[in-house]
Amino acid sequence: MQLSGCPFYYSIKKTAMPILEIENISKSFASVVANKEISLSLDQGEILALLGENGAGKTTLMNILFGQYRADSGQIKAWGKVLPANSTDAALKAGIGMVHQHFTLAENMTVLENVMLGTQSLFALRSNTTGARRKIENICRDMGLTIALDQLVADLSIGEKQRVEILKALYRDAKILILDEPTAVLIPQEVEGLFKMLRKMQKSGLSVIIISHKLDEVLAISQNIVVLRQGERVAHVATASVDRDALAELIVGKKVIQPTIHELPPGEPILQLKQVNLFHDAKGKYRLKNINLTLRAKQIIGIAGVSGNGQRELAEVISGVQKISSGSFEIQQQDCRKKSIKQLTKLQVARIPEDRHSAGIVGEMSVWENLMLEDLGSAPCWSRGIWIKSSAAKERAAQLIEKFDIRCANMQMPAKLLSGGNIQKLILARNLQLLPKLVLANQPVRGLDEGAISFVHQQLIDAKVSGSGILLISEDLDELLRLSDFVQVMHNGELSRAYPRDELTPKLLGILMSGGKITAATDHTLTDTDSALADTGS
Amino acid sequence: MDILEIFLSASFWAATIRIACPLIFATLGELICERAGVLNLGIEGIMTAGAMAGWMWVYQGGDLVTGMLFAAFVGGLFGLLHAQFTVILGVSQHVTGIGITMLASSLSYFVFKMLLPETTTPPKIVPFQAVEIAPLSSLPFFGEAFFQHTFFTYFAFALVPIVIYILYKTPLGLALRTAGENPSSLESQGINVFVIRTLAVVIGSSLMALGGAYLTMSAFDAFYFGMVNGRGWICIALVIFASWQPGKALLGALLFAGLDAMQVRVQLQLGALIPYQVFLMMPYVLSIVAMVIVARKAKYPKALLQPFRRGERN
Amino acid sequence: MQFEIREHTPLAFLLAVPLVAVLCSMLLASLLILWAGQSPLQGFALIFEGAFGSSFAITETLAKTTPLIFTGLAAAIAFKAKFWNIGGEGQLYCGALAITWLGTGMIDLPPILMIPFLILIGMIAGAAILMLPVFLKNKLKVDEVVTTLLLNFIILLFVGYCLEGPLKDPMSLGWPQAEPIVDSGVFPALIERSRLHIGLIFALLAAVVTWAIFRFTLWGFEIRAQGLNAVAARHAGINSNWTILKVALLSGGLAGLAGVSEVAGLKGYLTLDISPGYGYTGIAVAMLANLHPLGVVLSALFLASIFVGADFMGRSIGVPNFIADIMVACSVLCILIGLLLCKYKIRFNFSSKVAN
Repeated sequence: MQLSGCPFYYSIKKTAMPILEIENISKSFASVVANKEISLSLDQGEILALLGENGAGKTTLMNILFGQYRADSGQIKAWGKVLPANSTDAALKAGIGMVHQHFTLAENMTVLENVMLGTQSLFALRSNTTGARRKIENICRDMGLTIALDQLVADLSIGEKQRVEILKALYRDAKILILDEPTAVLIPQEVEGLFKMLRKMQKSGLSVIIISHKLDEVLAISQNIVVLRQGERVAHVATASVDRDALAELIVGKKVIQPTIHELPPGEPILQLKQVNLFHDAKGKYRLKNINLTLRAKQIIGIAGVSGNGQRELAEVISGVQKISSGSFEIQQQDCRKKSIKQLTKLQVARIPEDRHSAGIVGEMSVWENLMLEDLGSAPCWSRGIWIKSSAAKERAAQLIEKFDIRCANMQMPAKLLSGGNIQKLILARNLQLLPKLVLANQPVRGLDEGAISFVHQQLIDAKVSGSGILLISEDLDELLRLSDFVQVMHNGELSRAYPRDELTPKLLGILMSGGKITAATDHTLTDTDSALADTGS
Repeated sequence: MDILEIFLSASFWAATIRIACPLIFATLGELICERAGVLNLGIEGIMTAGAMAGWMWVYQGGDLVTGMLFAAFVGGLFGLLHAQFTVILGVSQHVTGIGITMLASSLSYFVFKMLLPETTTPPKIVPFQAVEIAPLSSLPFFGEAFFQHTFFTYFAFALVPIVIYILYKTPLGLALRTAGENPSSLESQGINVFVIRTLAVVIGSSLMALGGAYLTMSAFDAFYFGMVNGRGWICIALVIFASWQPGKALLGALLFAGLDAMQVRVQLQLGALIPYQVFLMMPYVLSIVAMVIVARKAKYPKALLQPFRRGERN
Repeated sequence: MQFEIREHTPLAFLLAVPLVAVLCSMLLASLLILWAGQSPLQGFALIFEGAFGSSFAITETLAKTTPLIFTGLAAAIAFKAKFWNIGGEGQLYCGALAITWLGTGMIDLPPILMIPFLILIGMIAGAAILMLPVFLKNKLKVDEVVTTLLLNFIILLFVGYCLEGPLKDPMSLGWPQAEPIVDSGVFPALIERSRLHIGLIFALLAAVVTWAIFRFTLWGFEIRAQGLNAVAARHAGINSNWTILKVALLSGGLAGLAGVSEVAGLKGYLTLDISPGYGYTGIAVAMLANLHPLGVVLSALFLASIFVGADFMGRSIGVPNFIADIMVACSVLCILIGLLLCKYKIRFNFSSKVAN
């Protein structure tokens, strides 16, 4: 059977049997059960979605499939043959390719080097770069990809990096492609592009497993859906036979109470950034350009945008990690341009960092020590001068653990052993207990399960009600639209004006996130994303 | 002036090349380790071990070339030990390196003392002799400067293009460089990170040992305590100075060696005015200066000093 | 092989680890003693005798313990903050140099003031020399491992120059040595007619003070946090430059104190060989104590006894005394494994993995 339009792929015989059979896979990490006797099968040419909330066990299962973890029990059969366990090499040879959620690319090396890695025997005397270039060019032509092979990966955008990851798999003649949360880093328009590419691959005989927690996307692209919940498979259904609500119920299993949103009259300004610029000398360009932002008490302002457009720099400027190059930066009417991080905490600026493990806690220190990490010198109850009063500190820790429901065996255990949700609760406890004036929440619910997400959001809303101003930086558009009073969009270091929540839809946000401008013609009447893109000229 | 005279003397250039060779071996060795992501602070001890091993092999009756192989082998063994700690177990690379330096040095001295308990002057061996290359060795100036060196010396220089080729033009080199940039990249392509890193440390350590062996088998002809004298640490600075590139490492080694050779000759002329210790300090001072110069822009291999653990839950 | 983080490390483990490390190093030493044609049991018996077999031996061991406590504390403090100060040796000599310069006649005070004065300038000198690597690290991001290490060589050469030139004792008949410290500055002996001096008391005091700093003060907390996770510490407002500065002052100062102790206490005057590598051995002392200030006292005592005992054994049965250094190195390596096992449980998977 000749597959037209795709000379690159060999003709793949359509088989009646499933090409991939996962049978009763179980896996535990210490006392945590990640996968419990999960079985599923994949047919050839099928796009299967693996759905579930964070922590459900999807990535673990796929890592076992790809050979990076070893299952405790169960087996996997690819093309009818048992797949050797814990061997990425065997998985690759069986035609399984994986695009990880956190890219496995060497930033300081070129695209070509990253794609070629491991494709020749390590005993070979010469890297076959010419042959590789030729093959890659063929693939790109067939799939409609454009990639500069000799560029350093560090210089690519996130979307481009993802394409390199996919290219890696295609270069290795993958016949089963696993994509782990591929749309997490894309704007809505890019998601369409990705789906177009997946459908093309499907036509040429490739099979795809896509891991996601986004219901709409899963419904759009897949033929079948497997739902995981707390490590178990709770459903394996045809996409055509379910709708959004049914899926949501399968994922969560119980009704989660959404926090109530309050409309409050805003108070006096807490944070004011006027015409702020941040110059980055290593790359020779401005990371933040002409930022204007006014956050008032009892208000939540959401900052939307694809990661890498300056959100991190904005957070760093507000928390004092970086100093601005020009413009004015005031917190509670005080000039903060020269203040250190510690001085800012004294101004009651609470920060929830983006990466809770590496920036939020000192993993090896105990839970109670982490709870006092940020109040050094300014909370008299557990320190006097240079002395620590550990009994007072532990008492306070016990109170916080109770109030914020931080689940830990005892407060002496190393903080790194806490689950993601509990670490976030610890950070919240540490920060919000002091009734701060400004809360900078950077991706506060990333990687958390529904219950924890709901808790965190409730805390933020409570803080807003008690008078804080909250700056919410998030890649999750649903979260932003649900919680924020106003939304400003970050693109390429520039911040849009503040849009009231009611004015924005995900599609509009998508335009702003890709650098477009909303004109009167596109406002409120948008049905077709393509015409919106045409208007922006981007 | 006097400095110009020094530059015009063939013996200065010959000395530069001689002094550069142990630095070339050791810097290349450390470079290979660091490019794969492992800081090998055992360099000083491994050089000592190589010096002792090579010398001992010949002293006990072996020939020079197999002596080189034996020294490399001993270096590789210490490298293997280092890799068990740093690569497989992932413990502190700093402390392991210091431990290996202490172990390799003290074992070398112990074995030496065991062989020769009563000697005060270290016994000599017959080292590598200068190799005659028919038309070139008898050239005026250039002959003495560049073409009257030992096999070991020529080997050092030949090693540089070999290392460059392997590192940049072979799949193994690509895997090695990636190990130092992003080990998960290797994992996702089915290559065992531990194997690659261990291999890098073993090969690198073998080269370091060769650097030490050069001292006893080509530059001088005996082994004595404190022989390596900080060259290993200087090479750590040189690797940074060379931006982890073999070609620049060669240039850096030659530059250093040149300054060292210069210092010896200037000392002869200015010895009365400036205490000799100042001259002896020069290599160390220059190493620090070299590091300061490149520190701002130093592009460390991204995964340097980060141990890799499979399947560790985030 | 899989690593699983332990939720809780029993205290017994932590105490057992140095002991097991020592046992392993003794095992290696036994093999070497056998190779030397002697009986290991006799060897160890001689080591013990050499270290503790007579009151003189004990004073010798304790005299050697003193500088090791100082350099061990110096290394422990620095390493706790992940500031790799390998320059203990050079800082030791700086302290020694400072008191030789100021304490051999230039300044004379009554003993009650002179001794604290010498201690002060010794600490200042040791701390001051470490400021250069600190400055290079904080402002120019230069790695401190190599800078502190190379400074050792530079300082040693400088000391050599001083001993042959400006600080040379005119009465020394050609040997490069400095004038003796003035009488009021010499540390009195702890035990008559022995080399053990009150430096030991100062060392023990220093250990207790260091322990208190880490246990009870915010400084200690900041240093620990910075060493364990510099990024999180910075985000929490801990100023990393200041922390490193404080660490360096303390670390360099203590190493300088070792120099003061050896010159004003043990020998009375400065020579090139007052330290047979105390700075480097201090690192081993710190590691064996798992960077615990009070543990440093015990491990310093242990290592001192090994050195003194091995010297004695070497003179008695001809085993080269480098065996002591070998034992030290082996202990350091074994302790790394031990500490790893305290932190992680290792699970082995015995089915084969496909390697490349």
